[in-house]
Amino acid sequence: MTSIAGHPGIAGRIAEAGANYLSERRGILSWVFTLDHKRIGVMYLVSILFSFLLGGIFALLIRTELLTPRRTIMDADTYNQMFTLHGVVMIFLFIIPGIPAALGNFVLPIMLGARDVAFPRLNLFSYYLYVLGAVFAVLAIATGGVDTGWTFYVPYSTTTNTSVTAVVLGAFILGFSSIFTGINFIVTIHKLRPPGMTWFRMPLFLWALYATAIIQVLATPVLGITLLLLVAERLLRVGIFDPALGGDPVLFQHFFWFYSHPAVYIMILPAMGVMSELVSTFSHKPIFGYRFVALSSVAIAMISFLVWGHHMFTSGQSPLASMIFSFLTFMVAIPSAIKVFNWVATMYRGAIDLKTPMLYALWFLFLFGIGGLTGLFLGALAVDVHVHDTYFVVAHFHYTMFGGVAMAFVGGLHYWWPKITGRMYSELWGRLAALLVFVGFNLTFFTQFVLGTHGMPRRYYNYPAHFTSYHQHSTLGAYLTAAGFFLTAGYLIHSLFRGRRAPANPWGGATLEWQCSSPPPAHNFDRPPPVGDPYDMSRIRYDDAIGGYVTAEVAEPAGAGGGPGR
Amino acid sequence: MKGEAMLPAVRSAAAPADTAHPGAPRVAHHFATPVQQFESAQLGMWLFLATEVLLFGGLFCAYAVYRAAHPEVFIYAHRFLDARLGALNTVVLVSSSLTMAWAVRCAQTGRQRGLVGLLTATLVFAAAFLAVKYVEYESKWRHGLLWGRYYHPAHGRHTGDASGQAGTGQTGQEPANASAPGDERPMAAGPNQSPATMAAGAGPPSRGGPVTLGGAAGPGATPPAEATRIAASAAGPRGLAWHLRRPDSGRHDEPRNVQIFFAVYFLMTGLHGLHVMAGMAVIAWLLVRSIRGHFGPGYFAPVDLAGLYWHVVDVIWIFLFPLLYLIHG
Amino acid sequence: MATATGTGLLAQGGPTFWMPPQGSTGASAVDWAFYLIYYIAVFFFLVIVGLTAIFVVRYRGRRGARPEGAPSSHLAVELTWTLIPTVVVIVIFTVGLGGFMDISFAPLNAYEIQVVGQKWKWFFQYPNGYVDSDLHVPEGRPVRLVLSSQDVVHSLYIPAFRVKMDAVPGRYTKMWFHATRPGEYDLYCAEYCGTGHSDMVARAVVHPAGQFEKWLESAGNWVEAVPPAEAGRILTVGRPDGSGGRGCTQCHRVDGQAHIGPPLNGLFGHEVTLADGMRVVADENYLRESLIDPQAKIVAGYQAVMPTYKGRLKEREITAIIEYLKSIAGPREPARGAQ
Repeated sequence: MTSIAGHPGIAGRIAEAGANYLSERRGILSWVFTLDHKRIGVMYLVSILFSFLLGGIFALLIRTELLTPRRTIMDADTYNQMFTLHGVVMIFLFIIPGIPAALGNFVLPIMLGARDVAFPRLNLFSYYLYVLGAVFAVLAIATGGVDTGWTFYVPYSTTTNTSVTAVVLGAFILGFSSIFTGINFIVTIHKLRPPGMTWFRMPLFLWALYATAIIQVLATPVLGITLLLLVAERLLRVGIFDPALGGDPVLFQHFFWFYSHPAVYIMILPAMGVMSELVSTFSHKPIFGYRFVALSSVAIAMISFLVWGHHMFTSGQSPLASMIFSFLTFMVAIPSAIKVFNWVATMYRGAIDLKTPMLYALWFLFLFGIGGLTGLFLGALAVDVHVHDTYFVVAHFHYTMFGGVAMAFVGGLHYWWPKITGRMYSELWGRLAALLVFVGFNLTFFTQFVLGTHGMPRRYYNYPAHFTSYHQHSTLGAYLTAAGFFLTAGYLIHSLFRGRRAPANPWGGATLEWQCSSPPPAHNFDRPPPVGDPYDMSRIRYDDAIGGYVTAEVAEPAGAGGGPGR
Repeated sequence: MKGEAMLPAVRSAAAPADTAHPGAPRVAHHFATPVQQFESAQLGMWLFLATEVLLFGGLFCAYAVYRAAHPEVFIYAHRFLDARLGALNTVVLVSSSLTMAWAVRCAQTGRQRGLVGLLTATLVFAAAFLAVKYVEYESKWRHGLLWGRYYHPAHGRHTGDASGQAGTGQTGQEPANASAPGDERPMAAGPNQSPATMAAGAGPPSRGGPVTLGGAAGPGATPPAEATRIAASAAGPRGLAWHLRRPDSGRHDEPRNVQIFFAVYFLMTGLHGLHVMAGMAVIAWLLVRSIRGHFGPGYFAPVDLAGLYWHVVDVIWIFLFPLLYLIHG
Repeated sequence: MATATGTGLLAQGGPTFWMPPQGSTGASAVDWAFYLIYYIAVFFFLVIVGLTAIFVVRYRGRRGARPEGAPSSHLAVELTWTLIPTVVVIVIFTVGLGGFMDISFAPLNAYEIQVVGQKWKWFFQYPNGYVDSDLHVPEGRPVRLVLSSQDVVHSLYIPAFRVKMDAVPGRYTKMWFHATRPGEYDLYCAEYCGTGHSDMVARAVVHPAGQFEKWLESAGNWVEAVPPAEAGRILTVGRPDGSGGRGCTQCHRVDGQAHIGPPLNGLFGHEVTLADGMRVVADENYLRESLIDPQAKIVAGYQAVMPTYKGRLKEREITAIIEYLKSIAGPREPARGAQ
């Protein structure tokens, strides 16, 4: 299941420095039945990265087909399956579990100062539900694929011949994986905080995971019932969405988007949490506006439930409903803007260290900046009517989901890589790959905004010839981006075997996970760690001897310009 | 946060409920105190119950949308549900909640025999609920009152007995254990009116008509009341020709799209029934554990949490019952 | 005002870097909203990225460097950058709303055309009953489209007019526009609907003032102007330029190959095996019934997915189609249903 478990020696080799969670117990069964949140996080990480690879392959196939206006390498039905599976795999198997499962599982308890999540067995069960859901998705691919688009709109999805039921059941199971993770995180944060850690002494990544968990718990069941109804409609002809039987196809859209809009905040909130950590650590400065950033996460979570109708402005819903949804959509933009301004302010008069994680944080500011601002176009009713269901939307959500969430995910992966594996990777290759990804990404997706405003609809197999050059640029960018990611995989895997051993605190972070060794011991902490301001870096200084940061007993005087932040 | 205590020194990082708490072997290693563990479990269960409420919420929403759009369908069709059976089920389920809550109390106070007995009683009530539901479902099936595609009402099955049953105003030809409409409105054309007599003009249903109704009214069968009307050329393919003829099915007062009501009915009660079954499985497991004496004042969380779940299942039914069975109109 | 070349950013004009030509009165309002948001977005983007770049350069620290130090919160600053964006988005919302009102509510005297979407073709029915596969409208007059679908959700999108509306089965939706420039514009389906989604492309043809009525009259009478079998052929398979067909060949072929529906050649006068095993002869009545009530008889080996043409074909069109099918019936042979 994981490369680490498959080669019993690697886990030991990776962390010989001392007993840690990797070396503590050996053998594949110790992984299969583990209850250690760190191991579960690692298993999630490997699975999620494989899903990203699978989804990425579908993406490259799509872009290759779109090199020419007519058929390039596949027929229309195959193409329709490609974009459906790309969406389903990327959304349900990569982005939604993404940061919470792969990084959050590992980091949350340690950052909190706890020894594990509240329900370790439920955590493992969540992971196996993820695997089961993935199996259903693969089954669907193997038994004829799916060609409905990841949005499964009826009546097409209830009448097409492809393996819709299998993939929908897979998504249903994945939904429970998500729900249980959310329950676990909420209870952990409520109940397992160590003495002294009040809510406003929690690191912002934890606030973000908490807000995400609220959405996971409240929104995902609605997806559950929607998918169940879809299966009932297909298998039993229940008639709830079928106009011939008195049902309403637009009702499906309401049900679907009631989950799927909050779902995009399940994706972005943890990424924003990662951003808070990266920007603060690599500016060697406390985050600016802690309370505003913390509460904006909760505000986003709450408002996100009220805006789903902005996916349906042209669905035939009443103009009044559209107006209300448009207004609320603009309201949800405000807390995101607040976060962005606070991150930029954090860098002001900091000591900025352009390590690879920080590069990805900068990419996030640029790319999510574009993604978020293009959301303004989509929230404005008049403009949305023109660009809805065009490549403008495709570009918008790739800038936010890929340019935002995935960049933060990769940045967070690089940030916590030394903690998880005990190894350092090559900074040179890291920066090179990051540059390649950034250039490739913009080339891929910026032209799609122009395609969209000129009227190119999405999910189109054939397209009018005058759009060809835009598509070709986009495909070139896709290959560059893929090259960047393959390079990333290369040097990260290489670091597992040849990377320098990581110190406990390679970056100078102030949160609790940097107090324990890299990799951490199985029980996280020998003694409960002292809890204070999570971004107080006044006592952290660099030690050349170990090539990392250490926490001194006494606060160091700050450089010219005054004391450290409050 | 209650029960603040420094985390004890580490012994080993084996499975939870390990030696980290030698005095309380059921407390997992990552919890400081048993109270913290129990409260965490409770919070987790409440969150799970919130997800259940939202799961059913989607169906309640569908109910609201369709009832608002087609009130006549709901007013017409709900009469085919037997409110007496529904009320019986409500009493049964509320009683099971009582026995469950009492069982939790027994676990908390260490009364094992009471616990075993009350868990058993809860299971019996739950089984009774499902039995009544079976009776209702079976009757629907027999009368063709199913969802969507499979709705083909075959009200008033009779075996061609010419003497038939009573006349005016009474729809007594329903078999006794069916969910009879219980409706005394004299209908111009009752659901069991054969088209031949109907064509002769409005009037009380006359039995012993020429139509022989027989065979199961399962999905795909030709509805008996229309058998005489289907011309030869369309007698072949099943399932479609008559499907479109429902407006002329012979029932003057039946609105279009009655099948929507039954779709909603079966979806809501079906999902609820599945939850009852899941709850029964959990309670049965708890029963086994209580017989073995696992629960007592120091450890009763599973019973408590299962009780919470069971109460939510009960509450959902308490909403379902009036919404489906007690529609005014 | 409606000059083809147009001067200035917002004159009714041709394509720009971002936008296609403005073909309707609503296009101005939409483009106005677009460019307003665009400049606001560019401004904020430059502020964010610019400051970031400046800070990264100015405050670059070597490993272990200490920050200059600055306060970590400032309420006035927070409130400022909360309130200013709030005001900005409210402005954007209002502008977007205004444009939306323009394109959502048709004037009372609008010329109404019925539109039916069907996998994978559009049908436009004009008030005189004529049906065309392209949208023809008069210049300078509001046009309202009443949309519905025969099968799945489609969406009618005309980029040049900046309008889009879903066509939903089981209900009617409406959209309107006021075309200002004669010409031909792309018309797309913008809601994924299966294999031929990207081929569900038509033209929106804007006739200069005065020309539209002439076109409609001559187009409407075309069936009478050609021999019935020829008219039937056009209705069934379309003209070489793709127009005129009623979507039959989306599912039926005329070369003997089975597709979504049985082949249409070699059909008339031959025996057909139905799904329940009965055999019938495909005579005039059978063909007529297949068009009006296609679910009544399903040929063995095929799915019951044919939409009805009841109300969508006039009697003379049905007759023409039957004549055409007679002409491609071939010699009498034993019935050859699908395998």
